[in-house]
Amino acid sequence: MSRFSLNNSYKAVVIGGSAGSFQGITKILAQLPKTFPLPIIMCLHRLKHVRNGFVEALSIKSVFPVVEPHDKEQIKKGGVYLAPSNYHMSVELGNYFAMSTEEMVNNSRPAIDITLSTAAYVYREKLIGILLSGANRDGGLGMKHIKDRGGLTVVQEPTECMIDTMPRAALSLTKIDYVLKTDEIVSLMNELDKLYR
Amino acid sequence: MITDIDINDLKRITELIHTRHGYDFRNYAMSSFKRRILRILELKNLTIESLIKRLSESPSFINEFLDELTVNVTEMFRDPGFWRALRDEIIPDILLNHKTFNIWHAGCSSGEEVLSMAILLREMGIHNQVSLFATDLDITILEKAKAISYPVKNMEINEKNYIRYEGKWSLRDYYKEENGKVIFDKGLLANVTFRRHDLVLGEVFNKFDLILCRNVMIYFNQALQNEVLKKFHASLFKYGYLAIGSKESLIWCDVANRFLVVNNEEKVYKKIKD
Repeated sequence: MSRFSLNNSYKAVVIGGSAGSFQGITKILAQLPKTFPLPIIMCLHRLKHVRNGFVEALSIKSVFPVVEPHDKEQIKKGGVYLAPSNYHMSVELGNYFAMSTEEMVNNSRPAIDITLSTAAYVYREKLIGILLSGANRDGGLGMKHIKDRGGLTVVQEPTECMIDTMPRAALSLTKIDYVLKTDEIVSLMNELDKLYR
Repeated sequence: MITDIDINDLKRITELIHTRHGYDFRNYAMSSFKRRILRILELKNLTIESLIKRLSESPSFINEFLDELTVNVTEMFRDPGFWRALRDEIIPDILLNHKTFNIWHAGCSSGEEVLSMAILLREMGIHNQVSLFATDLDITILEKAKAISYPVKNMEINEKNYIRYEGKWSLRDYYKEENGKVIFDKGLLANVTFRRHDLVLGEVFNKFDLILCRNVMIYFNQALQNEVLKKFHASLFKYGYLAIGSKESLIWCDVANRFLVVNNEEKVYKKIKD
């Protein structure tokens, strides 16, 4: 019997993370089922002026190649997308990405709040939001928007986080559906996959 | 604080600006446009209704509005690898055939990119051979661009970029500091013409050997990007170059097959067909 209450109507998974999230995200991407049915949209804090290297590092162990999408690129099933350095990444109605160089939000560009909130607006209850380890509050508000629009919210278990400020920010702003260790997030992704077979 | 705006209210605003003020934001990308409007509401302490009232009743408010609406976040030598490619590949190629040439900075914002270009050209020793045109929709930001004066706190990133660009000297050689601001050498703008120009509604006004329009079209939807790219194509001499932002692409647009990708990493294209 599943411990998670899931369904097969989700359209996307969006993941935010910052300091200390690399290990967790690598593990999740490495253990994704090969038939994983949803696009994965990631906004991870990164060095603003280092354009190369990060996407390659994430791709090494990932089941799917990780790409930094272009502006107005369509979001596709099986796509694993990473917000590029020094751009905010939004999801637009019509299921594509839009980049912007607006002011930093929460001292960050890309800002997790922007990716999560725009995804929440587009996918409503058909979105799963996951927030991992991080040293600032970015992403907390985005998780609240996902919850408010009826989406499913997951944060990494704070005791497992290298720095727990980010998941705790989300926990203080909204009711989070699941507080999970990385291994449990992997299980959730696998259960989700089975629902779409 | 207002945290979301209904799509119909956004449409009311774009229609009003179009009919009353002659600017067309109807094909702007929705998410960033909405954030800009939310930002204006917060900055000016307005509601949607009071914003619409000011836009319809106060003629001078539009300039203030445009200045906040357009994104004016930029850096000198943003993406240093792009500037190295210009210096080491693109501009030497133009010089093979033209002793003098024209550059257009479309959507020049507060002028950091024009200034970077002026420094690049001076360090190549060819600044007297090149005419630069810098245009923007926003007249307030054009005045800032002409002043070439920036807060000292902005200089950290500019200096870092210049070092990564591997410039000849130090960026400090080009400016002096006064009251928390830096002021660049006005001589750098000797061959620069600033002009208000609307990429969306404006006509083709000149021909160029190189057009830079980096991270401007990201605020447009694909249909509008397509139209603007046609104008850029028409504004380039054959074998002229177009540079766009590192996360932009023109592979999907109508004029794509009239361009050749010269540098895919830095998004530099060459016009090969009229």
